[in-house]
Amino acid sequence: MSSPANRSSRSVVLISSAFVLVWVVIASFPFIWTLWGSFKVQADFFSKADWRYALWGTRTLIETGGTFTGAGYEGAWIQEEFWRAAINTMIVVFFTVVISLTLGTLGGYALARSGHKYAFWLLMIALIFRAMPHITLVSGYLLPFFEWNLWGHLPTSIIVLVAINQPFTLWMLHSFFLNIPKDLDESAKVDGCTQFQAFRHVIIPVMWPGVITTGLFSFLLAYNDFAVTSMLLSEENRTMVPAIAGFLGSTLEEGNVMFAVAAVVSATAPLFVLVMFFQRQIVSGLTAGAVKG
Amino acid sequence: MRHKTFFWFILPSLAAMILFIALPLVSVVVQSLHIEHEQVIVTTENCGPFGCTEESSVDTEATAQLRAEQPLGRFAGLSTYFDRGHLATAEVAEAWRTQDSFGGFLSELYNLPFYKALAFTLTYTFLVTPLVIVLGLLIALGVNRLKPVLKGPTIFVSLLPMIITPLIGSLILFWMIDAQGVIGKTLQWLFDDPELSLKASPTLTWITLMIYGVWSSAPFAFVVFYAGLQTVNTDSLEAAMIDGATRWQQIRYVVIPHLMPLVVFISLIQLMDNFRVFEPIVGFSAQANATSLSYIIFADMRSDITRFNSAAATSVLTVIGVAILLAPVLLRTWRDFKGKAA
Repeated sequence: MSSPANRSSRSVVLISSAFVLVWVVIASFPFIWTLWGSFKVQADFFSKADWRYALWGTRTLIETGGTFTGAGYEGAWIQEEFWRAAINTMIVVFFTVVISLTLGTLGGYALARSGHKYAFWLLMIALIFRAMPHITLVSGYLLPFFEWNLWGHLPTSIIVLVAINQPFTLWMLHSFFLNIPKDLDESAKVDGCTQFQAFRHVIIPVMWPGVITTGLFSFLLAYNDFAVTSMLLSEENRTMVPAIAGFLGSTLEEGNVMFAVAAVVSATAPLFVLVMFFQRQIVSGLTAGAVKG
Repeated sequence: MRHKTFFWFILPSLAAMILFIALPLVSVVVQSLHIEHEQVIVTTENCGPFGCTEESSVDTEATAQLRAEQPLGRFAGLSTYFDRGHLATAEVAEAWRTQDSFGGFLSELYNLPFYKALAFTLTYTFLVTPLVIVLGLLIALGVNRLKPVLKGPTIFVSLLPMIITPLIGSLILFWMIDAQGVIGKTLQWLFDDPELSLKASPTLTWITLMIYGVWSSAPFAFVVFYAGLQTVNTDSLEAAMIDGATRWQQIRYVVIPHLMPLVVFISLIQLMDNFRVFEPIVGFSAQANATSLSYIIFADMRSDITRFNSAAATSVLTVIGVAILLAPVLLRTWRDFKGKAA
C-alpha cells in the first residue's frame, strides 16, 4: 500500500470491501448453516413453519429436550456404520497419495531433465489424458473388471485413482523440478554418481515442498472422487462420498436426511483442517502451473 | 538425460497411464461397436387334432448362457451411435422434415436424450467458464486492496467452495434451496410466491446448477489471479497514473494485459472441468430437468440392466467433444513448439 498507485478514493475502497464481504458470506454461509443445522432435528433443518426454527432449535427442544442433538451423528456413524466408509476412505486416500507421488516424482523428474522432443509430447499426451471425463474411463473399466473379478475391491479403485491422477501429478512435479537448478544433479554426476544416485542423494532431500503441495492435490482428488468410487466399489467397500449418496436413496424416511447431513459435515471436517494447515501450499500449487506453464 | 535412463524413470507412471487411461479408451471404442446378444428363440411345432402350428418361445437358459459366455455381445458396427439414445439420425431427419420452424425442430431435438444432455453440457461449459473468470478477477482485485491482516482469513474462506467434495457441496446447497430450506424460503418471501420451487422448472434448475458451478470454481480463478496481481509491476502502474490514467484505465490497460496469460490458463482448465459436469446433477437430483453427457453415461451404467454399449457410445462421443474443445489449444502449442524448434 506504500505505492501511490495503490492509493485510491474512499468510495472505491468502500465498494471493493463491500464486494469482498458479500463474497465471504456467499462462500462461507452454506458451511456455517449446515454445521449448525446438523445438530438439529429434521423439522428444524427443513422448517415448514418458520426458517428461524433452525436458529433456535424450536422443534429440537420439543422432540429431544435440548436445543442441540447428536442424533444425526449417532444415526450416521453407529446405526448406518459410516465409520466403515471412513476407514475405507482413509485406506484409499493414503495409498493413492503415496503411490501417485512415488510414480509422479520419478516421471516428473525425468520429464524436467530430459531435453528431448518426446518429453514434450509426453506432457501433451498427459494434458489430453487430464481432460478425459473420469466417467468415460470408468465405462471402459466396468466390463473387463466384471469379467476378471477385479470389480468391487479397494486395490482396484486405488490403482485406477493413481492412474487418473498421474497426468496432473506429472505436470505439477515437472514444473517443480524445473525450478531445482540443473547444476545440482549435473555436478553430482560429474563426481561419478549415476542418474539415479544423483536423484536419490541430491534431488530427494530438496524436493519436499513440491512433493507436499502435489500430495495435497492428489489427496483432494482421491478424497473428493465420486465417479470412480461409486461405480467400482462394492457396497461393503464403499468410501464416504458414495456412502453419502447412498443415504439419499432412503431420504423419504423421517430422520434419514439428518444422517446424511451429519455425514456430510463429518466428511467436510478433514478438508477444513487441511486448508487451515496447508493454505499456503494450496495457493502456491494452484499458481505453479499457471505462472510457469 | 540418456534415453535409457529416461525410459526407466518414466516407465511406472507411463505404464499406469497406458493401462488405465489409454486402454480403457480402446475398450470403450470396442464396447460401443458391440451390442448385447439377442434372445435365443426356439421354434417348436405343435401338432394337434386341427393341424400343426409353429410356436416360438424364448430359451431363457440358452440366452443367459450365451450372454455369460460372450459378455461383449455381438458385433453391431456403428448402429449404437445412430440409435435413438445417441445421434438419433433417423429421428433428427424426421424432425427436420416435419417441423416447419427452426424452433420446432430444436424442441423436437431437445426431446432426444443425447441432444438434451449435449445442450446442457455446452450451455454450462460456455456460461460458467466466463462467469468464473470475471468473478474470480473481481474477488482478486477486491482482496488485493484489503489490509494485510484480513487477507489470510479471506483467502481461507474463499478456498472452501473449491476444495469441498463436489457432491457434498452440491448437496449442501440443495438442502438450502429446498422449498423448506433457508434460501428456498427466502426466495419465496422475496418473490411473494409460496409455491416457488427451484426444482420444479427446467430453467430454474439450469440456473441453480450454473450458480453452483460458478460458486465452486470462482475460488480457483481468484487464487490464480491473486497470485498474478502480486507480480504486477508497480512502476508501470505509477507511470500510468502520472500520465493521468483513472483507476479503471489502470486496470484496463496495465493489470488486465498482465493477467492475460492467466486467463488463457484458467479458461483451459475450466473448459476441461466444466465439460465433465456430473456430480452437481446427482447432488441436486436434477436429472429430470438437466442431464449432462457424463450423467447419461453414469445413468446407463447404473440402470438395472447395465447398457455397456450405450454408455460406451456416449463415452466415445464425449471424448470426441473433448478433442474438439482442446483442438485450438493443442494446435497453438504445436505451432509454438515448432516455432521454437525451427
